[in-house]
Amino acid sequence: MARQLDAPTTRRTRARTQTGAQILVEALRREGVEILFGHPGGASLPIYDALYDARDIRHILVRHEQVAAHAAVGYARASGRVGVCTATSGPGATNLVTGITDAMMDSIPVVAITGQVPRPVIGNDAFQEADVTGVTMPITKWNHLVMDVGDVAPALQRAFYLARTGRPGPVLVDVPRDVSQASCVPAFLEGVPVPTYRPTLDGAPRQIAAAAELLAAASRPVIYAGGGIISAEASAELTALAERTRIPVTLTLMGKGAMDELHPLCLGMLGMHGSVYANYAINEADVILAVGVRFDDRVTGRLADFAPRARFIHIDIDPAEIGKNKPAHVPIVGDAKRVLAALAAQARAPQIDGWWRQIETWRTRYPYRYRPRDGVISAQYVCEQLQRLTGGEAIVATDVGQHQMWMAQWYRPRGPRAFISSGGLGTMGFGFPAAMGAKFARPDRLVVAVVGDGGFQMTMQDLITAVEHRLAIPIIILNNGALGMVRQWQTFFYGDRRSASMLRNPDFARIAEAFGARGIRVDRPEQVEPALRAALAEERGPVVVDVQCDPEENCLPMIPSGQSVAEMIIDD
Amino acid sequence: MIEGQAATISVLVENSPGVLARVAGLIRRRGVNIHSLSVGPTEDPSISRMTIVVDTPPERTEQFAKQLRKLVEVRRATAIDGAATVDRELALIKVNATPGTRMEIMEIANVFRASVVDLTDRTMTLEVTGKGEKVDAILSLLSKHGIREVARTGQVTLLRGPQAT
Repeated sequence: MARQLDAPTTRRTRARTQTGAQILVEALRREGVEILFGHPGGASLPIYDALYDARDIRHILVRHEQVAAHAAVGYARASGRVGVCTATSGPGATNLVTGITDAMMDSIPVVAITGQVPRPVIGNDAFQEADVTGVTMPITKWNHLVMDVGDVAPALQRAFYLARTGRPGPVLVDVPRDVSQASCVPAFLEGVPVPTYRPTLDGAPRQIAAAAELLAAASRPVIYAGGGIISAEASAELTALAERTRIPVTLTLMGKGAMDELHPLCLGMLGMHGSVYANYAINEADVILAVGVRFDDRVTGRLADFAPRARFIHIDIDPAEIGKNKPAHVPIVGDAKRVLAALAAQARAPQIDGWWRQIETWRTRYPYRYRPRDGVISAQYVCEQLQRLTGGEAIVATDVGQHQMWMAQWYRPRGPRAFISSGGLGTMGFGFPAAMGAKFARPDRLVVAVVGDGGFQMTMQDLITAVEHRLAIPIIILNNGALGMVRQWQTFFYGDRRSASMLRNPDFARIAEAFGARGIRVDRPEQVEPALRAALAEERGPVVVDVQCDPEENCLPMIPSGQSVAEMIIDD
Repeated sequence: MIEGQAATISVLVENSPGVLARVAGLIRRRGVNIHSLSVGPTEDPSISRMTIVVDTPPERTEQFAKQLRKLVEVRRATAIDGAATVDRELALIKVNATPGTRMEIMEIANVFRASVVDLTDRTMTLEVTGKGEKVDAILSLLSKHGIREVARTGQVTLLRGPQAT
C-alpha cells in the first residue's frame, strides 16, 4: 500500500434507536433528497412505511419501475443533483435494470434503492427473490447488499458519494426486508465516506502547459467536447477557452448544450448524424482537444480513419478513457472545469484565419437540409419549428431513433442541461419519463418531450403519472408509423426489406384524452405551428401532439456504421 | 502452457464479499479468458492480493489495469509486463508409480527439486514449485508414466527489488 488511509470515524447522531427503514429515510434527508421515483412492493414495505412519515421527501409513484429509473436520470440531468429511484425485490428491481444501464453508459448520478427478501431466505429462491447485486454488478459504478442494520447509514452515504463524485454513475443499494425492520442507533460516517476513492481533479501542470503549446502552434485545431463538460459544470470554462483561442467547438450528442449552440464558434454535433461541416472539420484537424468524451463509435466511425492527421489532447476524469480508443499525445486526467480553467489561463490564440475560412465554406455549402413534399409533414420541419418557437431555451428530452437525431440536428440549446437524450445505451422509452424527471427538477422551465411513435409506446402508461402531478409537458410524437431508424437501415443496407419495422399505431390523441391529458392530432403541415404553440402554452398538464410525419424520410447526413467521413451519405 | 500471448496483472483488493466476482466479471465481459487466478490475504488481513494471468496481448493489459482500478474495492492494479519479477506456482502431481518405476520418478523429482508428499503401491504424489514453465517441464517428463491428477495453484508474482508490486 502506498499510504495508510484513515478510516472514517462514526458519530452517534441520536441516542434513540431507529429502524433500518427510518435510518434510510434519514440518510436520504441528509443527502438533500427532495424527491424519489418508485413503486412499492412486499420487500420494500418497511421503507414505504417510513417514507409515509417523511413529509419533506416527495415520493412519485410511477406505473412501471423502468420509468422510475429514467425519471431519476432526467431529474439528475436537468438539475445536476443525484436522482433517486426505488423498487421492490425481484421483478421490481429487474425492471430498473434498463434505466440503470442507461445511467451507467451516460455517466449520470443515480442512486437506486431496492428491497430484498429477508436475510434468512436469501439464496433460497424465495418469492420475488432475484440476485440484484449480481445482476447489476456490470451496470453500476458500485452496488451493495446491506446485511446489517448498522450498515444502512454508511452504505447510503457511500452510495451518494460514489454516484456524484469522479466520473458520475449509478449506484444500487439492496436492503433486505428484515434489515429495514431491525433497529439500531444510527451511526453516520463523518468525513469522506470512501477514503480510498480519490478521483484526480487537477490536471498535471506540465501536461496543461504542453496542451497550451500544442494548441498555440496548431493550424487546424478543433475542440471535441462531450457530456463530461456538463457533468463538471464546465460550460463557462469551455466557452472562455474557445473565445480566447477562437478554436471551433464540436459537440457530441451527450455534449449538446455544453456550449451555446447559437455561438458562432460552435459547429454543433459531430458523428454519425452530425453536420457535414463538423465532421469535415474534425477529420481535417491537426490538433484535437478532446474533453469529457470517450471516442464513442457513433462519433469516430472506423477508428483508424478518424482524424488521421490529428494530434490528440485528451482531458477526462476517468483515466481508463484516455488512450482507450485513440492514443492521446497529451493525456490529462482531471476535472474538466478545473483543467479547462487552467488551460484557458495560459492558452494563446493560434493563427487560424485560413482554417475558419475553410470551415465557413463548408458551413455555407452543407447546412442541414430536408426536402418537404407537398401536403406531407417533414419531421425536420417540426424540429425546426420547435427550435424557432422556443429559441433553444426549453429543456428537451428525446427518445431514441430518427426523431432523436433530427432534434439533435435542429434543436440548438443555449446552454447545458437542456438536451436530455439517451446517448450510450440508446434506450427507447427513455424520452417521456426523462422529461417527467426533468420537469420535477425544473418546474420553472419549459420541458418538452419529443418522441417517436415506437418508443413512446414503451413507457406511455405513465401518462397518468404526468396527469396526476399536473406536469405541463408537451409530448410531441413524430409519428411516421414505423420504427423509423430501423426502417432507414433496412432501406439503405437491407434492400428496403422492411422486416418488423412498420407499426400499426393506436390513436395517441384519444389515448391521451382517456388518461385525462390533452390530445391533439396533426395531419397537415399548416396545423403544425398552431398545435405546437398550443402545446407549449399549456400550463395545466401534459399535452400529447400526435404529428403524422412523412414515413419515407431518412435521417441525413449519415456516416454508415464502422465507416469514415469519406463514406458520408449527404443529401446534396 | 499458454497458447499465444499472456499477461500478468497484480491486484490488491479489499477483502469483502463479491470482490472476486467483480474482478472476474470485468475480465469476462471483455471476452478474455482467465488463464489463472490466485487469491490470498496480504500482510494486512483486510487486503487480499489477486494475481491474474489473462490470455491477452500485453498492450491491452494497461487498459485492463485501468478498468480494474475503477472498481471501488480495488486499491491497486499493476500490469506487469517486461519488469523483473519473481513468478511462482505450486503443483501437486499424482502419477502412476509401481515399485519398478519409483526410482526413475524420484530421479525426475530430484532434478526439479520436487518432493514426494504421498506414496501408495500404485501412485506417487509430487509437490513442485517454480515458474509455470518448470511445472510444464516436469509434467511432460512424467507423462509417460501416466498422470492421474494435477492441481496447480496458478501463478503468484511480486516485482523484484524494493518497489511495491
